[in-house]
Amino acid sequence: MNKKVILDEKLIQIILERLCFELIEHHNDFSQSVLIGLQPRGAALAKRLRDMLMARGVENVPLGLLDITFFRDDFRRRGQPLQPNQTHIDFLVENKRVIFIDDVLYTGRSVRAALDAIHSFGRPADIELLVLIDRRFSRKLPIQPSYCGHQVDAIDSERVLVEWGNDDKRDQISIIPHEST
Amino acid sequence: MSQLSTDHLLGIRDLAPEDIELIFQTADQFKEVINRPIKKVPSLRDITIANLFFENSTRTKLSFELAEKRLSADVLNFSASGSSVSKGETLIDTANNILAMKVDMIVMRHPLPGAASFLSRNVDATIVNAGDGTHEHPTQALLDAYSIREKRGSLKGIKVVIVGDILHSRVALSNVFCLQKAGAEVMLCGPRTLMPKFAESLGVKVTYNLKEAIAWCDVANMLRVQNERMQTGYFPSVREYTMQYGLTMDTLKHADRDITIMHPGPINRGVEITSEVADSDYSIILNQVENGVAVRMAVLYLLAQKRQEQ
Repeated sequence: MNKKVILDEKLIQIILERLCFELIEHHNDFSQSVLIGLQPRGAALAKRLRDMLMARGVENVPLGLLDITFFRDDFRRRGQPLQPNQTHIDFLVENKRVIFIDDVLYTGRSVRAALDAIHSFGRPADIELLVLIDRRFSRKLPIQPSYCGHQVDAIDSERVLVEWGNDDKRDQISIIPHEST
Repeated sequence: MSQLSTDHLLGIRDLAPEDIELIFQTADQFKEVINRPIKKVPSLRDITIANLFFENSTRTKLSFELAEKRLSADVLNFSASGSSVSKGETLIDTANNILAMKVDMIVMRHPLPGAASFLSRNVDATIVNAGDGTHEHPTQALLDAYSIREKRGSLKGIKVVIVGDILHSRVALSNVFCLQKAGAEVMLCGPRTLMPKFAESLGVKVTYNLKEAIAWCDVANMLRVQNERMQTGYFPSVREYTMQYGLTMDTLKHADRDITIMHPGPINRGVEITSEVADSDYSIILNQVENGVAVRMAVLYLLAQKRQEQ
């Protein structure tokens, strides 16, 4: 597999810290703000950011996980069947400041679906988007991130692979050819 | 596995155990959806579904209709009374006329066994069987099994007894197939006159004694006495049936275990089950109704997904 590492563990940590400070700068104590991780791949990042925010003295950061499968625009239009993931939001977002969290922003279609899906839980005061990787030349819809970790100029035949560390693995973000996914 | 192995839902017998597990996992997500403040998703907004009910139904029809609307499908309702069926139109003609209006899926209840299968071979639409005579009622079996799974955590090794009019019950037959495929043990219990001759060949235990059944089981599914399907006397009187097969609090306490009580509805209170039992903490009858919507949403969603590849 022809894998090109673009961010290693140390750089990822620096970026996450910066994103944390940007969030605190804009949302203060999070009393009116909630984090919503977009399933499946935004969940891990959202949990990591929540833990980091709390370690930096924010007392309570509400975290929800939103699955957008039923709101996608390609149901019955793609070769692969869509499999839903768990949605877990045990609060209302009515008048809250919502921050969507996803690992990679690509065409923008997932975020479009998430904008629809979140309204089942109330009408937010505003919605922002935080992504770790922004594939800036691949957008199909007029959607831009409010907070961005790193911009990547990958072409359509490539895929950005985000690997989160656990016991024997390190955090790592790389670009791989699409066939090897 | 992420899609069903079948293009229609005609009976549980056609499903693989993996299909049942996929339906349950998808239903888990829809159960969360129907408990949101806004209980609707747009997945089936380009799908039109006709509900063809050639036989009376309250719960199944409402449950299907709600499931369809929660998925944003367009819904047509048809019931045999007051339609051209009473003027002598055939089933295929009725269905094709409805399909000419660009309908994608048909949910059908019919008094004749095999009607759903017949329709699936003759018209170009996805067919969901909502009960065909005394044959199968697959979505009821799925929601029953799903409710047991929800209450008990799993179906593996769970002992389920189905009590009552087995002979006339499509629910019983579908339940036997579904529970066995999901790994549960099944016992049938009822009067000899209401026990089909093929009962033993289904690979289930058979008993004619309710106390014995209750002593054995973890879950008891109490079927309704179907007076409308009984042309001859299958038991001397309703009172005698109740004496022998009606479930009371006394019988339950006798078992000295936490038994889950189910009923597919509509209940004949005081016949197959006393009000005291039906309204007790043992009963998950109303959970079954709620789960019915989630399970039917899962079935419709998964079948609609298959239509793109046809």
